[in-house]
Order: sequence, then structure tokens, then C-alpha cells
Amino acid sequence: MDLNAHIPEGPLEQKWDQHRFDEKLVNPNNKRKYKVIVVGSGLAGASAAASLAELGYEVACFCYQDSPRRAHSIAAQGGINAAKNYHNDGDSVRRLFYDTVKGGDFRSREANVYRLAQISSSIIDQCVAQGVPFAREYGGLLDNRSFGGAQVSRTFYARGQTGQQLLLGAYQALERQIGMGAVQMFTRHEMQELIVVDGVAKGIVTRDMVSGAIESFVADAVCLATGGYGNVFYLATYAKGCNTSAIWRAHQKGACFANPCYTQIHPTCIPVTGDHQSKLTLMSESLRNDGRIWVPLKAGDTRSPEQIPEAERDYYLERKYPSYGNLAPRDIASRAAKQVCDDGRGVGGTGLGVYLDLSEATRRLGLRKIEEKYGNLLEMYDRITGEDPYKVPMRIYPASHYTMGGLWVDYNLMTTIPGLFCMGEANFSDHGANRLGASALMQGLADGYFVLPATISGYLAGIKPGTRIKPDAPEVKAAEEAAQARATRLFAIKGRQTPTEFHRQLGRIMWEHCGMARTEAGLKEALKLIPELRERFYHDLCLPGSGAEVNQTLELAGRVADFLELGELMCLDALERRESCGGHFREEWQTEEGEALRDDEHFCHVAAWEYQGANRPPKRNVEQLTFENVHLATRSYK
Amino acid sequence: MAKTIDITLHVWRQKNAKDPGRFVDYEAKGVSTEMSFLEMLDVVNENLIHTGGEPIVFDHDCREGICGACNLVINGRPHGPRDRTTTCQLHMRSFDDGASITIEPVRAEAFPVLQDLMVDRSAFDRVIAAGGFISVATGCSVEANGTPVPKQNADLAMDAAACIGCGACVAACPNASAMLFVAAKISHLALLPQGQPERVTRARAMVNQMDAEGFGTCTNHGECEAACPKGITLENIARMNRDFIKASLLYRRESSGGGGA
Repeated sequence: MDLNAHIPEGPLEQKWDQHRFDEKLVNPNNKRKYKVIVVGSGLAGASAAASLAELGYEVACFCYQDSPRRAHSIAAQGGINAAKNYHNDGDSVRRLFYDTVKGGDFRSREANVYRLAQISSSIIDQCVAQGVPFAREYGGLLDNRSFGGAQVSRTFYARGQTGQQLLLGAYQALERQIGMGAVQMFTRHEMQELIVVDGVAKGIVTRDMVSGAIESFVADAVCLATGGYGNVFYLATYAKGCNTSAIWRAHQKGACFANPCYTQIHPTCIPVTGDHQSKLTLMSESLRNDGRIWVPLKAGDTRSPEQIPEAERDYYLERKYPSYGNLAPRDIASRAAKQVCDDGRGVGGTGLGVYLDLSEATRRLGLRKIEEKYGNLLEMYDRITGEDPYKVPMRIYPASHYTMGGLWVDYNLMTTIPGLFCMGEANFSDHGANRLGASALMQGLADGYFVLPATISGYLAGIKPGTRIKPDAPEVKAAEEAAQARATRLFAIKGRQTPTEFHRQLGRIMWEHCGMARTEAGLKEALKLIPELRERFYHDLCLPGSGAEVNQTLELAGRVADFLELGELMCLDALERRESCGGHFREEWQTEEGEALRDDEHFCHVAAWEYQGANRPPKRNVEQLTFENVHLATRSYK
Repeated sequence: MAKTIDITLHVWRQKNAKDPGRFVDYEAKGVSTEMSFLEMLDVVNENLIHTGGEPIVFDHDCREGICGACNLVINGRPHGPRDRTTTCQLHMRSFDDGASITIEPVRAEAFPVLQDLMVDRSAFDRVIAAGGFISVATGCSVEANGTPVPKQNADLAMDAAACIGCGACVAACPNASAMLFVAAKISHLALLPQGQPERVTRARAMVNQMDAEGFGTCTNHGECEAACPKGITLENIARMNRDFIKASLLYRRESSGGGGA
């Protein structure tokens, strides 16, 4: 397949401007004749649905939750980056661009990242106008903080609930359009199939999660904003319902899946307590601004933290990375935590934990300031662990948190299926092999508010208005039947194991072999284990009830079935990428000091996997990455 | 420290909106006190699936206290015994060995039960759609620091905006009133300079929609504030009432001024 990213010609700084000028526009009177489907109502989906409706398109938006306000963007804590340079500390569009490319370990597209940095300022303006209550200084102006992987203060925040406030802003804009009849909202609807006619996306099939009805919806374009696939690890910081099914279905219909092995393991999550665990909770990385991370110097030291004197503590991030210290990027901080725990120096009951200690900052800033900055986070920690973080250092450990991989999209956010667009975490576009803190919210809103509404017009202008397929077209019926058949197959198994039991087993395989450190032998082992597990799934799945009612076990089974396929592709991608970069760490490729060793000669590219049918190996296509504006350097945070 | 407890659950089971529903008892043995309340229900559900039963249906998603999906009424109290804690953040260490726990859905006319513990809260979305926003289309904004907001107002707005839309306030209120939810959004926007132009029309539109949805009236019981997992205060209701009265006094239908040139 020829992967043309459609990057505009011209100097980096002018590409987006020029592109918007070159793009064909849809006549205002014609906009209402085009219907656009948006799947997902998080930051990318809600902002796109609202913005497209404001422009005059007919929009239908779908989410699996009972309200669009509950999409998992709501749980993002720390903040959103923007190159405002309000602190006069040397920030600029170019610096945000460079930090993001470098943070991504030089595995992202220059043009996309530059556009993201350019748009970042407008996002803040937009959100403030909507009434997002960002943190303010006493003079009434916006406050900023610094965040992992950056040396400037460019992160805007609303206490520890930035994602919530940004999502509510987008949700309110969306509800406004719903109230005016410009967006039709379908809650508790889960996408089951993509309708493709002559190779072009023309609609979706959904399951009504209350009545069980399988319904189809046709449109002129379909936009997926369904989030990341990190729940493949079972234990993750994602909401329980987050899944890969929508993008996996698109993948099976011809959308290339790019860099599936690029997953982010976040360094600061609350450690696992037992087998009953259903999810992991993130403690915002912003805590690393004031918290110091340490473990005992000696292995097997079981003293309680206050009994360990300063001299017998190892502040390992400060020691290994003196210039960034506790603010080293996420992939580096996670791997360092794994290393000290592998050395037997981990803390807590399971030995899989390190201390995040606020005591020095509390002495320096006072309890009140700490409470004001992190109060809600510390309260959450107390709720979950039963320990008071104002008195005892917190225990943290890395957990699956974000996926940089996703559907391949071009500069216009269009996938390899014409008419199918993909936004936010669901696409692969901007973060390379590692995402920097506070950049997910930026990308989701950039895609939804500004990029997609501009680029979709170029696509729609090429379609004659009123030529939408009929709801009773044979392709629509076939897609409905495929969705129905998938559920029928699952019910017919009548085995003994629940979907959760299979999901847990898959999670263990993925965490062990495709987690923070990967090896050829481990990945090959996983590529043997996953198909075996999938085989057992289709012979031994136990599914109660029927499809014609609320059935949360059926929902789960469908999602696990797709994770069982995606997991294999992730391992395959990790095996084929014979280098270490960002979140993808192959033990065979590391420096003498244990840092990731890239192979720019052979792997400075995007791997975009093309589905070839069930039980046939997928095809690995390559989009070469060219760097004209930054020098490919070895990342150093020392 | 982790230990295990044995508990008895009395759970509301209701096949669908039309079914009258009933309580069913379940024994849960060897429950780790490190589990969250929903993890305990997961274990009960896994056992039900293994023994040919129908798992208990309940809403949940983020399991970190922010999405607002979970909303169980536990022993008569929305979200259970701990103050300022959502159901998903409640852990079994809050219960004693041998405890008997009643689990019900939110009961309110405006929140019909869909199945078991799952209710339809779309009324909240419609209240927001009626006016819970600032009318600004994408791209119409001015430079962010062009609109300074006194820190105190920004902090108070954030306090109100922290609402997660779970409906605990409605569940706790003897009248099933949604005043705290509606007041939180009205306050959030009324405290900011950006929210001023639509301040009175917003209050009127949202309150009217709230009434149309069948929520009860507020008679100052204050149960909503006690039940709110995010600490939204009654002060917001007072602020909303001021705006609503002002709206009623000032209200007149906008004149149709024509569409301009």
C-alpha cells in the first residue's frame, strides 16, 4: 500500500496555513446536506461533533456511556500544554514542537507536530471563552506549571481535574448543539461494524446497549474518536469500558493500524494490591514537581520509610538524570522504577512499588500550599489505600496509561479508508514513540476543534450532496448481519470461563512480554500464547442471558475478543521493530547505561499494518519519516 | 492491613423498566478489605455467571471517582457510608465482618430504572442542553489572558464545576430535587465574566427544564450537600435562586429584531 501522508509543501511554519487555503470549502448552504458520524464523545469526539454542527453539517454522535460527559478524557488530571510563553521563560511554538518530537524519540511526523504546537494557543483561548475554570494567579491571569519532559512552564490546569473541566467545556458545547437539534446524540450505543461501500466509509452499525437492537446509520463521512487500547493489559488506568473494538473493526475493513507496540506505561500509579484488582489509578505526574522518588539503597530493606535515614535512600531519578531529575519523561521514569524493583529494592507488600515523597516539599511550601495544589489527588490516594499521604510517603508503580499507536491517518486525519477519519488517542499521529505529559488533552482538542473541521471540508467538497447511500443498501444489511453473527457466535460457545477471566490472562501475557521491557524470545512466546488463548476463548467462553436486553457480559466478551486479536498485532509490531525507542524498549537494543538505543538507519519509519483476513499474517507497510527541521539526536535527560 | 470479611447483600433486582422488581439476597464470603465496593460486586457477578445466574447490572466506568457513572444507594445512602466518596472509591475496609448491606438504585421519577441498579439519568443532559453553557462557537474566542478572573471567583467557579453529574443529590433528596446539580452549573458559569451575558436567561431555561423533567422542588433539607461526593455546597442553590428571581423579574420575550442586512 502506498501511504501518502499528504503533507503540504512549503516551509514548516506555513504548511497549515497554506493547506487551509488550498483546501476546498463546502458552500455554507450545502453543509446541511452532508451528514457526519462521530463515534466517541471524549475531548476529540465532543469537540469535533460540536464544531462540525456549528459549521452547519448534520451530525450524529455516539457513545457507549449513559452521557457524553463521562468519556474517559474526564479522568485526565494534570493539565494541557500550550506555547503561550506567559512565563517569559523561553517558550515558543518551535520549542513545544521540538520538545514533542524529542519526547516522542523522533518517531513522529514533523508537520503534524508543528501544527499541533501552532494550534495549542487557540485551544486555551477557546476553553477560557467556554468558561473552563483554569487555575489563576492573584492578578486574575492564568497560572501555569511545568510538567514531565519539559523545562518551561507551559501547562495550564484546573486543580487536578483538568481533563474533567476541558471535557465539560466540550460537552456543554455539544449539548448546546444537541439542544438546537444540530447534533443527534446516541448514548449507550456501541459501534459494532463499519459500513464500507466500494472501499469508502459510509456509516456504522451499532448495538443499543439497553434494548439490544442492532441498528445502522449512514453518512457521508465517519469519524472515530474512540480512545486508546491500553486495556489490552487488563490492569490499566483506563475506564473499564475503554476498548479497541471500533478501530479494530475499521482495521479489519482496511484501515492500517500504525505502531501498535507504542504504548505508554505511566510511572506514577497506585500499586496493585491483589488478584481482585479491576483497574489501576493514576496519581498525576504533576506530583513529580514537588514529590521526590526514592527506594531504599539496600535490597530487602523492610523498614518503614520514616525509619530509613537520608543516607540510606536512593533518589534514583535525581541520581541518574541530574538535569531533569524527578521530571524525566514517563518512559524513562517507568523503566527506572522497574529496574530498582527488579533489583529487589521495591517497597510495599508486593515489592512492586517505589516511594513518592512529599515531605520535603511540605516543609518548604507548607501544608496549605500542598493541599491547594494536590488536595484532591491526595484524598483519592487515601480513599484507595487507606493511608494518609500527608504523613506517609505514597507508594507508586508504573501502569498502562496511554497508547501512542492507533489508526494510521494522513495530515488530514483520514485513514487508509477514504471517508473514515480518526482523532485523538485513537489515531497514531502526533506523539511518536512516547507522549509527553499534558499533551494528550492538547492533541484531542486540536484534532476536534480545529484540525478535523478544517480538513473534512476538503473531503466532503469532493462528494456530490445528496448521494448518500440508502439505509437499505445491501452493504448496510451485510454489516448488520456481520454484527449479529458475531454475537450469535459468542452465545453459542456455552463454555465455562467468563470474559473477565480471559481478559486477565491476556493482560498477564501482554504485561510480561509486551510491557516495559521486551525481548525477541518473550515476544515470540507471547505470539504463541495469544493464539492459544484465543482458541480457548472461542471454545470455552461462558456468556449468560441473551443479546436482546442489557447484557454487560456480552459487551465485555465482544471487547475481549478484539483485544485478543490486537494483542497479537502489538507483539508482532514489537518483534519487528528491532530497536528501542520511547515506550518501546527492546532489551537487545540499549546503551551501556541501559538507555534506549534507536536504529535510525533501519527504523526511522512508521509501521502501518494492513489486515489480510483472519488467520493470515498482516502486511507491514512503511511510511518513512523525514526530519528536515530537527536534528535526530540521542535523547538525553541527564 | 488486608483481611477478609463475610457479608450478606440485599440487592435490588429488576428485569426491565416495567418489572416491579424485588430484593434478592447474596452471600459474599472471604471478601478482601482491600477490594473496592465494585470489585466486590465483580466477584459476586463472576460467581453468578459460573453458577448459571444473571449478573447484577450496574453503571460504572472510570472507577476513580470522576466520571460519575456509578451511583449505588448503599444502606439507604447514596454512594455508601463514607463522606465525599463515590461508590467506586468506597473500599470494603469501611464494612465489618458479618455486615448486611442493602444495595438499591437511585429512586426518582426523573431517573427511571432500566435494569437492576442501572437508571436513566439523561434528564441531566437535557437540563444542560437547555442552557448549561456559554454560547461560543469554535474560533470566536479572544486571547485567554484578555479576560482576567479574580482568583477567588475562579476558585469558587471550580468548586461548583467539580460536580460529576452522578445524581447522588437527587437520590438523597426526599423530594428528588435536582437543585444542587442545576445550581452547581449555574454558579460555575455565573461566577465567571464569560458567563455574564447569558446569566439570567441561562438560569431561567435550566430551571424550567429541570421542572419539566419531573424533579421535585427544594425544601431546604440539605441532604443533597451531605450526599455529594464532590463537596458541592448549598451556597450554590442560594446563588441560583437569586439569579432565577432576577430572571423572572427581568424576563421578557426577546423582540424579533430581524436578521440584519
